[in-house]
Amino acid sequence: MGELFWILISAMLVNNFTLVLFLGLCPFLGVSGRVSTALRMGMANIFVLVITSMVASLLNAYVLPYAPYLRLISFIVVIASLVQIVEMAIKKLSPTLFRELGIFLPLITTNCAILGLAIFQTNRGYGFVEGLFFAVGGGLGLTLALVLMASIRETVEIADVPAMARNMGLVLILAGSLSLAFMGFAGLFSS
Amino acid sequence: MRQTTQQEDLLRGMWKENPVLVQLLGLCPTLAVTNTVLNSIAMGLATFFVLLGSSILVSTLKRWIPKEVRISAYILIIATFVTIADLVLNAVVPETHKALGAFIALIVVNCMILGRQEAFSSKNTIWRSILDAVGSGVGFIVALLMMGSVRELLGNGTLLVDTPWVVAPFGPHFEPWVIMILPPGGFFTLGVILLVLAWWKERHHVPVRPRRWPHGVTTAVEAEPVGVGASEGGA
Repeated sequence: MGELFWILISAMLVNNFTLVLFLGLCPFLGVSGRVSTALRMGMANIFVLVITSMVASLLNAYVLPYAPYLRLISFIVVIASLVQIVEMAIKKLSPTLFRELGIFLPLITTNCAILGLAIFQTNRGYGFVEGLFFAVGGGLGLTLALVLMASIRETVEIADVPAMARNMGLVLILAGSLSLAFMGFAGLFSS
Repeated sequence: MRQTTQQEDLLRGMWKENPVLVQLLGLCPTLAVTNTVLNSIAMGLATFFVLLGSSILVSTLKRWIPKEVRISAYILIIATFVTIADLVLNAVVPETHKALGAFIALIVVNCMILGRQEAFSSKNTIWRSILDAVGSGVGFIVALLMMGSVRELLGNGTLLVDTPWVVAPFGPHFEPWVIMILPPGGFFTLGVILLVLAWWKERHHVPVRPRRWPHGVTTAVEAEPVGVGASEGGA
């Protein structure tokens, strides 16, 4: 149990998907303008990450030992089609949740965090349960980074910055500072 | 769409519409693996190969790819070339392959490559797609090299470390800024490069427009629902 807890904490803080491993930067820079949007994007990400983790574990256990060179292709095809099926199911079963997640669900299929999770999980040899904790931790970390970034950007938007800083340059410097702060969590594991 | 000349196709991607510095596409590899010049070159060449291969194949097959499943078809084609690049790098330069790690596989979801297929190769002839792919690929390598050389120079005090041509321009007494080869350094370097470019444009009286979405991500938003609706109809 202790090990599972550390997998979760590690994925969430120490090896934060966005700020340390650089996965899922498109949504991080694209939809971090408003806190409410960022929160919804984070939720959708956690959801897809958990599904991906389960599928990847099953593929790793039952299919890929027979054809290891098909790893990448099978991951991306299965993940993309599964997310679309899940999207249709949610649309029918829970229209409220569908409205909440909205356009983000299909969009995050092509997000590198999703494929990255599947590959990292395989490389580290995580099983089904470990993979689940890894996915939840990674998703929470992504949400945390998104919400932090969105709150900073909401404040910066009304600040009086030079014209040249009113594009992505400033956002990247802010992201760098956040990333610097997250490096402090590395100390959690030294003891 | 305005008709472009062949020369424009080739040169456009290299600087004026540079995929990384102007369109802000493919940022994951740009930030993650540019801690040394060698890694940047390897990543740039691998991406160049995948982009060129997929562009040729997509523009060849464009007549036979149904519009409804085109995104999935492009991703499959890209994934095939990435698998080839992955296996070749592992066989030829195992050390570099290990340093790049999972990011070779993540070329599949580099939005720059998918963006070029959707925006250009699916509508143009093979020859012009090759020109476009070469231009964008070179632009990507240029951006990666800029990042890689700044980060290695400041973070390690050297250029081209791990190769026979390693140089240390600052001499032996330089104290490396270790932060530059760590993750925050990637954000800082790209941020400063973008600020300098924006400052340059401002000085030459080109208006800098703030952009909410990185260009090309909107294409993915627009393109995706078409595929979703169509697959529903097909099922």
